[in-house]
Amino acid sequence: MEASELVKLEPNPRIDNFTPGDTVRVGIRVTEGTRTRTQVFEGVVIRNRGSGPGASFTVRRVSYEIGVERTFLTHSPAVEYVERTRRGLVKQARLYYLRGRSGRGARIKEDRRNR
Amino acid sequence: MAIHGLIAKKIGTTQMFHEDGRSDDVTVVQAGPCIVTQVKTPDSDGYTGVQLGFQEVRKLNKPRQGHLSSVDKLFRHLREFGVDDPSDVEVGQEINAELFEAGDKIDATGTSKGRGFQGGVKRWGFSGGPKTHGQSDRHRAPGSIGAGSSPGHVIKGLKMAGHMGNARITTRNLEVVASDPERNLMFIKGSVPGGRNSIVLLRRAGSRKRPLK
Repeated sequence: MEASELVKLEPNPRIDNFTPGDTVRVGIRVTEGTRTRTQVFEGVVIRNRGSGPGASFTVRRVSYEIGVERTFLTHSPAVEYVERTRRGLVKQARLYYLRGRSGRGARIKEDRRNR
Repeated sequence: MAIHGLIAKKIGTTQMFHEDGRSDDVTVVQAGPCIVTQVKTPDSDGYTGVQLGFQEVRKLNKPRQGHLSSVDKLFRHLREFGVDDPSDVEVGQEINAELFEAGDKIDATGTSKGRGFQGGVKRWGFSGGPKTHGQSDRHRAPGSIGAGSSPGHVIKGLKMAGHMGNARITTRNLEVVASDPERNLMFIKGSVPGGRNSIVLLRRAGSRKRPLK
């Protein structure tokens, strides 16, 4: 018996399927003092990590020429939704090569195949 | 409930989420089901207690078969627990994870992982010697272990290298995050002594304290 398999996880219906290379909008619940609101982070998924309750994914975006990466725990209740806005066609599972690139070199081809 | 604890098997560690997104690191244990195999009363034994059996087996030696003839089941593990009132408990009664619920505080007793013969740095947190400034083979040395001719011997109980782990350890005041009697599982916040598949005793926190005189 594996401990991680014994934790009951409710799949969140508002999380789309996504793979590395896809562009996603992630809604995160943020509590500021007494107010709770949803913050949106949009960018390219550069990695999917792990399985079970500890699974996470990392989203990278470039804002004002500064690369920003955020890692979210896939099963955290603070992740309200993940919306896939664009499918990407990539050959690697981990897109760390995007870190050293900017402009045209950092583009990801859109996956237009019907799946 | 009257019985102070039960026998469990450690399954492993993982994490669980709170509604607000915080997470707890939890140890998952298979808690019970345990069967009451013997009730100890002041009249018959001079003290109160309950003996529980855990993990049924098919074969045991004759003396143990004889001891367990009253419950007609054979168990690999037999352990004793305190009880508030022995008249509440019957031989053959099942004790499971219902004994504890989320929010309860428990003490977990188990056998820590054996680490073999270890030096003072790992075993007792000694600082070791300097890495540089002309030092050779003093990097993990224990340093002085006492004065010279007076007292003329090393004082007893001095922290030195030796066998580490594989000892009975109790971690106190652990919080039960969730209890699932249907699957015989309990989720305990923090770590529990021992490796996977080892036996741990879970008791209500503080139930082993001696009463104040």
